[in-house]
Amino acid sequence: MLKKRIIPCLDVKDGRVVKGINFVDLIDAGDPVEQASIYNQNGADEICFLDITASSDKRDILLDTVKKTAECCFVPLTVGGGVRSIQDIRNLLLAGADKVSINTAAIKNPELIKESANKFGSQCIVVAIDAKKTNVNTWEIFTHGGREPTQLNALEFAKLAQENGAGEILLTSMDKDGTKEGYDIELTKKISSSLNIPVIASGGVGNLEHLKDGIIKGGSSAVLAASIFHFGEYSIQEAKEYLKKENVAVRL
Amino acid sequence: MKIAIIDYETGNLKSVSKALELASNNVLKRSNIEVINSAKALNNFDKVVLPGQGSFKQCFQSLNSIHGILDELTDFVMFKKKPILGICVGMQLFATFGDEDGGSDGLGWIGGEVKKINLKDLSLKLPHMGWNNIQISSNSKLLNGINNDSHFYFVHSYSFDVDEKKYISATTNYSIEIVSAIEKENIFGTQFHPEKSQANGIKILENFIKI
Repeated sequence: MLKKRIIPCLDVKDGRVVKGINFVDLIDAGDPVEQASIYNQNGADEICFLDITASSDKRDILLDTVKKTAECCFVPLTVGGGVRSIQDIRNLLLAGADKVSINTAAIKNPELIKESANKFGSQCIVVAIDAKKTNVNTWEIFTHGGREPTQLNALEFAKLAQENGAGEILLTSMDKDGTKEGYDIELTKKISSSLNIPVIASGGVGNLEHLKDGIIKGGSSAVLAASIFHFGEYSIQEAKEYLKKENVAVRL
Repeated sequence: MKIAIIDYETGNLKSVSKALELASNNVLKRSNIEVINSAKALNNFDKVVLPGQGSFKQCFQSLNSIHGILDELTDFVMFKKKPILGICVGMQLFATFGDEDGGSDGLGWIGGEVKKINLKDLSLKLPHMGWNNIQISSNSKLLNGINNDSHFYFVHSYSFDVDEKKYISATTNYSIEIVSAIEKENIFGTQFHPEKSQANGIKILENFIKI
């Protein structure tokens, strides 16, 4: 039976793991290579590495840090941040990424999803959507690490991403990110139930019950969390044991 | 021992090479692991790993765009009988034909067709992505020491319908039964990614090095 995935996320800025609230007010949470190595040992199902200011700083991702992080990961590593072209994707794959997450560039140019899925396969193209609730049942996409509104409807865009060959959607609620109130279940459910491809719930985890809610109530295939793991509040093992007890299929 | 990983511009090559290096250190064999992108070099190697990500057709075309590689690979595998390990689409390419993307011939070393996974349970997602168990169905050199029901990492939407069941060494359930490992003499393949499957995956690569 296919298991639900627990994905610790390393939000990286200037080569350090950081954690913010609603995408700003960043605080230091350690060295990405060290953190990745701990998560790899600790039973993470995948690891996600996001260079969160690469797009807003208009620079390329930290390939060297990606390389070192990949060295110690023997689980799938998704890397994102500042990915703009086919060549960027190829460089990341060569640096040791297994999947590449595209955010700003995919939203500006959905054709890039198509081109990259054709070239590298859907399985390695993750489209990251940062969404903010703007109305009842409506979420708008923001880009550049949540700094710029787009007037794009998150659900409509997620469908387009799927059609263009995205292998999965990394769905972050900007309203919930860093609040520790739990995922935006409505948003997760809305998108997950409308797509055939897997959705990763992200943004807002404060305790283990939130992980369960993301999977059971939100219908996500995977749950992503950052701070509850970085600061040692819970280990990945503890999270999985809890989920297993709650009848969620996990890999232990 | 010299092991070649074929680079035809798809796939997570770096992950494959570093996992092979780790496996090689674990079995204390001094292996020389090289990523190659030309056919000529192939003769100097003892084993080959064929990774693969993307569509069957695109992978076959990209592989074929390396001048002379199909002949050299066929000589290496079918005549010299040296071991090859195909991973994911790399394994699928051993098939006679792949349906994806309008269809394409494969290498034809193991009879069968690669088809889109036809889910019985429509609430399931495609790609089949994540950790799933394997049921080991035959005495396999590659899966030696791996427990039945062990977890491996999968990511694919197409699967290999193998004509002759005796070549199937493991299957996996995803509302239908998927071929997750194959073995025919010196030809080995896994639908899952051993390079991304932690200790179980490294064990498989160790087995491949020891064969």
